[in-house]
Amino acid sequence: MAGLAIAFGSGAMTNSIAEIEHNDVLLIIGSNTTEAHPVIGQKMKQAARRGAKLIVVDPRRIELVDYACLWLPIRPGTNVALINALMYVIITEGLVDKEFIAERTEGYDNLWSVVQNYPPERVAGITGVPAEDIRAAARLYATTDRAGIFYTLGITEHTSGTNNVMNLANLAMITGHVGKEFSGVNPLRGQNNVQGACDMGALPDVFPGYQKVANPEVRERFAAAWNCRLDGTSGLRIPEMIDLAAEGYIRAMYIMGEDPALTDPDITHVRKALANLDFLVVQDLFISETAKFADVVLPGASFLEKDGTFTSTERRVQRVRQAISPRGESRPDWQIIGDLATRMGYPMEYNSPEQIFAEMAGLTPSYAGMSYERLAGDGLQWPCPAPDHPGTKFLHAGKFPRGKGLLQGIEYQPPAEVTDEEYPILLTTGRMLYHYGVTTRRSAALESYRPEEYAEINPAQAAELGVKTGDKVTVVSRRGRLVTRVQVTDRVPPGIMFMTYHYKESPVNILTNAAFDPVAKTAEYKVAAVRLEPAG
Amino acid sequence: MADVTLTIDGKKITVPAGTTVLQAAREKGIFIPTLCHDPKLSPWGGCRLCVVEIEGMRGLPASCVTTATEGMVVQTASPAVLEARRMLLELLLANHPQDCLTCSKNGACSLQDYAYYYGVRGDQFQGEKHAYPVEADNPFIVRDLNKCVLCGKCIRVCDEVQVNNAIDFAHRGFNTRVTPAMDLSLKESEACVFCGNCVQVCPVGALVEKASLWQGRQWELTKVRTTCTFCGVGCNLEVSVKDDRVVRVRGYDNPLVNNGWLCVKGRFGADFADSPERVARPLIRTGARGEGRFREATWDEALDYTARRLTEIKEQYGSRAIAALSSARCTNEENYLMQKFMRAVIGSNNVDHCART
Amino acid sequence: MRDLKEWRQTLQQQDRPADRPSLTVGMSTCGQAAGGARVMAALEAEVKRLGLQVDISQTSCIGMCYAEPIVEVALPGKPRVFYGDMTPERGGRLVASHVVQGVPVREWALIQLPGNASPYEGIPVMPASPYYGRQVRVVTSRLGLTDPESLAEYIATGGYAALEKCLRQMTPEQVVEEIKTSGLRGRGGAGFPTGLKWGFTRSAPGEKKYVVCNADEGDPGAFMDRSVLEGDPFAVIEGMTIAAYAIGADEGYIYCRAEYPLAIKRLKMAIAAAEAKGLLGSNILGSGFNFELHIKAGAGAFVCGEETALLASIEGRRGMPRVRPPFPAQQGLWGKPTNINNVETYANVPYIIQNGGRWFAAMGTEKSKGTKVFCLTGKVKKTGLIEVPMGITLREIIFDIAGGIQDDRRFKAVQIGGPSGGCLPADKLDLPVDYDSLTRAGAIMGSGGMVVMDENTCMVDVARFFLNFTQVESCGKCTPCREGTKRMLEILTRICAGEGRMEDLDTLEGLARVVKNTALCGLGQTCPNPILSTLQNFRHEYEAHIKDKRCPAHVCQALLVYTIDPEKCTGCGACTRACPAGAISGEKKQPHRIDPALCIKCGSCMEKCKFGAISRL
Repeated sequence: MAGLAIAFGSGAMTNSIAEIEHNDVLLIIGSNTTEAHPVIGQKMKQAARRGAKLIVVDPRRIELVDYACLWLPIRPGTNVALINALMYVIITEGLVDKEFIAERTEGYDNLWSVVQNYPPERVAGITGVPAEDIRAAARLYATTDRAGIFYTLGITEHTSGTNNVMNLANLAMITGHVGKEFSGVNPLRGQNNVQGACDMGALPDVFPGYQKVANPEVRERFAAAWNCRLDGTSGLRIPEMIDLAAEGYIRAMYIMGEDPALTDPDITHVRKALANLDFLVVQDLFISETAKFADVVLPGASFLEKDGTFTSTERRVQRVRQAISPRGESRPDWQIIGDLATRMGYPMEYNSPEQIFAEMAGLTPSYAGMSYERLAGDGLQWPCPAPDHPGTKFLHAGKFPRGKGLLQGIEYQPPAEVTDEEYPILLTTGRMLYHYGVTTRRSAALESYRPEEYAEINPAQAAELGVKTGDKVTVVSRRGRLVTRVQVTDRVPPGIMFMTYHYKESPVNILTNAAFDPVAKTAEYKVAAVRLEPAG
Repeated sequence: MADVTLTIDGKKITVPAGTTVLQAAREKGIFIPTLCHDPKLSPWGGCRLCVVEIEGMRGLPASCVTTATEGMVVQTASPAVLEARRMLLELLLANHPQDCLTCSKNGACSLQDYAYYYGVRGDQFQGEKHAYPVEADNPFIVRDLNKCVLCGKCIRVCDEVQVNNAIDFAHRGFNTRVTPAMDLSLKESEACVFCGNCVQVCPVGALVEKASLWQGRQWELTKVRTTCTFCGVGCNLEVSVKDDRVVRVRGYDNPLVNNGWLCVKGRFGADFADSPERVARPLIRTGARGEGRFREATWDEALDYTARRLTEIKEQYGSRAIAALSSARCTNEENYLMQKFMRAVIGSNNVDHCART
Repeated sequence: MRDLKEWRQTLQQQDRPADRPSLTVGMSTCGQAAGGARVMAALEAEVKRLGLQVDISQTSCIGMCYAEPIVEVALPGKPRVFYGDMTPERGGRLVASHVVQGVPVREWALIQLPGNASPYEGIPVMPASPYYGRQVRVVTSRLGLTDPESLAEYIATGGYAALEKCLRQMTPEQVVEEIKTSGLRGRGGAGFPTGLKWGFTRSAPGEKKYVVCNADEGDPGAFMDRSVLEGDPFAVIEGMTIAAYAIGADEGYIYCRAEYPLAIKRLKMAIAAAEAKGLLGSNILGSGFNFELHIKAGAGAFVCGEETALLASIEGRRGMPRVRPPFPAQQGLWGKPTNINNVETYANVPYIIQNGGRWFAAMGTEKSKGTKVFCLTGKVKKTGLIEVPMGITLREIIFDIAGGIQDDRRFKAVQIGGPSGGCLPADKLDLPVDYDSLTRAGAIMGSGGMVVMDENTCMVDVARFFLNFTQVESCGKCTPCREGTKRMLEILTRICAGEGRMEDLDTLEGLARVVKNTALCGLGQTCPNPILSTLQNFRHEYEAHIKDKRCPAHVCQALLVYTIDPEKCTGCGACTRACPAGAISGEKKQPHRIDPALCIKCGSCMEKCKFGAISRL
């Protein structure tokens, strides 16, 4: 997100889900869409069936590869180099959109000064992708009018995450593939309301609608509306919170609906930090790994048990409606927060989520035109600044929020951890179709179908280790070790293995590296050096 | 494209060129039964229940695959048409278990509705009936091929929507059936991803959600439209509820998003809400940190305790010693409140959430 | 290759080496099935034993199936003589007499082809023989007379002159016009005018187009396409190439059932040979026209003979018909305009181009032009492959060409058009064989299967046989065909078992009507025809089964009663020993009795009785 914000001035999926079926080229990079976003995956496959060309960049032979005209099996952590090479081909072959570059962007010379050092032949050595395939992909993407980029955590969960995203923005801008229908830069957001949580200002540096806390005018407006004084200094991001908790500077945490003790990298460190707190309140549906460290656990209600709104990956704000009553004595989270605030001397007495939404919309320009009444049907896509505004199908038509799009040359830097003799295998992590977060493990049907991890290893590794599908192995990194069953498959190339993060019984984040992207503070979940040992 | 005008049952109807006779009739509210037709899937023309009589055309063409043309004269309920529909329903019922009493689909079954509408009892032909074993070896879908009317919608949805091709017709004649490759079960085939979109389009009781069995009759269900929680796509759900319990989840037809389709999690994962592991009451720690030992507390006790401790820590160490994680799984309203709570009540910008996953 | 004409002349001058005798064995599927290979081996051995300089080769089916294996003997400068019912044992005398001494074995000879030589005495000359006298051989003109695997022979006998004419002298439009002039109608069954179809495909928008040959011959008792493919594969390929030129296609498929391995083998050889000589592939005859031809082997589903199911099968999907329109001419293979004809239709094309549409149109009737190949099977004396001008009567075919009914029994019916066809009784024998007359009479031309039935055929059983066929071959897509044929079959089975009720006949008629009116594809719509035509023409047989519990033809086992005539029975005990059920008892030298409760109606006793004492009622 941060990468797009730097390049364009705002970070979100530029286009809409419904546009995918009309795309002619889909550049899918670091997104196992059919498992992580199955219904978008459907549409991509439908597009391929109709004749759209898919370029899939992924170290694994994911399902979409079967529908792709080009598969670039990239070595994890080398995206920047690959994207530079794509741009090298596009620029040197004269496939750029000169008009777009001139009118809509700045910094082209800076970009070229870097990109010129990335001819495909050199990049083939870095990424493992044949130079000819890089050229073919570049030509196809650049010369097709309706060409969209789709990415997920395979791009962002790196120390170079922000750079990756900025470089994708570079690629889209030099080809004029942004600011119009059917082509753009589209991060597919993983969680149901990660877009909304960002939009709502659940970030340390912005109020709702990405209004900077450092901006005194903004602060003044919120202070007036909320009737309080507001801090103008940006707060901490998660890894900083964890580090400072471990060091004793953060004394209390309030964690709602998150499980950093399972899903954050290097969870040994996370658990130490949590144990070090003076006070921890966890608000959740279940006793999560994090809740085990809590002083107080407050039972929240599930999405089925409350009203509200989610904002989907395509910026679509849609209604959540209560279907059943909260289980046990659990309460909707909005009620709990309100009650707690009131008890702390700040009355937050809302009757309904609708009332909260109205207050928020009044303070958030991109949501200003929305109301529960207007959201009753198929939802609205932000920006929707006025009650008569139809919402926005695609972003950046004519102009970027920051004015001109920023082209910035980005040098490739290797991932924080590389393989060596001791840890010869690259571990990369991700989702699988049948699980999501803590909830699906508690679904009887889903859990019974996929009750445990099957780490994917290549037949070569399996032979070396003498294991077959279903056998257990020990996976060891510099940070920890775990035991998991394996699936022997050529979905992963030799030298690379894949695990999901769904299973607390084999918590992959014991292994992952807590090296962070310097801007977004996203951890390098996608690259860790490990070795395999026989189990036991 | 230009419009064409045709006559259906004596009514003049003008429709855009390319419209099928079925669409034209339905637009005018003229009833034509269909089992294999679905406007969201490719035309099939297999069940033949939608046959009509068209002047100048041989036999009884299927209206779902016949394009309306200028001057066409159509009868949807002539004696020949009614004879044919009744006979086709007799034929379907002759090879169908007549166990509507206990069938999950009772009340929402197209075959049942049409049999009723045309007064067909299904007793004209006493002959062989299939006796396939009911397939229930997976946790999501029960397949009872004895009830299958071979409309092929499941196959088309798997091919055209899910683009998965896990199932197709196999065998011939009376023994034709829908099956994964090599007559394996859905689970054994390993091709099925259990999106369950086939269940949603099945017009009869051949494909039903396993968890919904015996949980509620069709007319007992209250339906609520909401938004799925299992990824960022924002699929619209139709949640069916009986007695404050979720009986079934299906896709709600938002053409801009999921068009009514879902994945395995959205369709079959909602039962987590009723997991016995749900925290039912507020808890206060009794054991060591990380141990997970708690005692139950009232809301007042838990909230007062929390308020007191946060206030103490704020006073002792300052606002910036407190941090909060908001949630990408919670609603906008809750995220708004959480950041407001941190900024207005605690006085700190230390609020973040796990924006990565 | 640019100078085809020159090559042809050279080949014709060479002709076959006339300086030594040749022996040619009919080795199509029918010849091989009858033992042609053993005959050929015996002849080879004999020739080798005698140290003779004789060419031994094979040819295809000349059409006299009843007389297979057939061997042709040709001496330099002498007429070619065809011998029937050859066995390995007869090889010695054949070689000794005809090859060595030059004296044909008259009693085995079927026909002779005199050519320029004067005919042998006492052997019918082919065009005048009773079997061939009424035939007009166009499509089958090379069958049994040339080596089907030799491109040189094909060209020497005029092959590829038509394609050359098209490419050098005619525009594609002119080719289409010529086919229209000929009046050729599709030989696959439905009889759609071929020229019209080509015109549609030609004018359909689109760059990429296909031609497809339907060689998925599936009717019981039909083998026209197989014989043509095995006997003259180049003619089919040339016809397809001309069609491709006419409609603007550059790629084609022959969809041939995998049960025809020899046809597929010969097609492959022919394609390779034509490609090697620049008659197929890119830049054909230097004209710049390209045509690539593939073979797709079908997996044996009857329904794949239906054109939309066939296309689905080529595309790799399950062979199931889809609704037309759109017709393949608009949206066919992979959605591209596609011309589909069957084998015989394509095989006619080179002759039409060479001789002109008018020549073709001069044969046949007003609306059915040219000739038609039929497979004569069933209870006729001479079964075989025949080609007759349209408009010939059924009587001429069955009695003049095929020599009438075996054992001179009574003719009962002829089943035309396969499972989609109908059974025509004796009063239809003077019906002219053309598309429209047959359809009016309740049968169809079909692809050319003609099954003749005599008085020992039960018409209810025939209907049951065909319904069983269509039921197991139904693709299952549409309700009426899948479920309707099942229930019709059940009713017919019940009637044959003596458990029918009179109201079953109304139900059958009602079902047949609904299936005919509502089924999706041609196969489903026509599958009740065997019932409807037998009900119309032989209703009394149904009634006999139901009311009298009697099968007039003594076929339906459950209705048979075996009895012993005490007057004729000598009490020899042969029947008792033959009976597997122990149903026959009696004292020695005394008349025996059959216990109907134990009798399983196998008929063994009747076969064994030397005194004709056992009868079947």
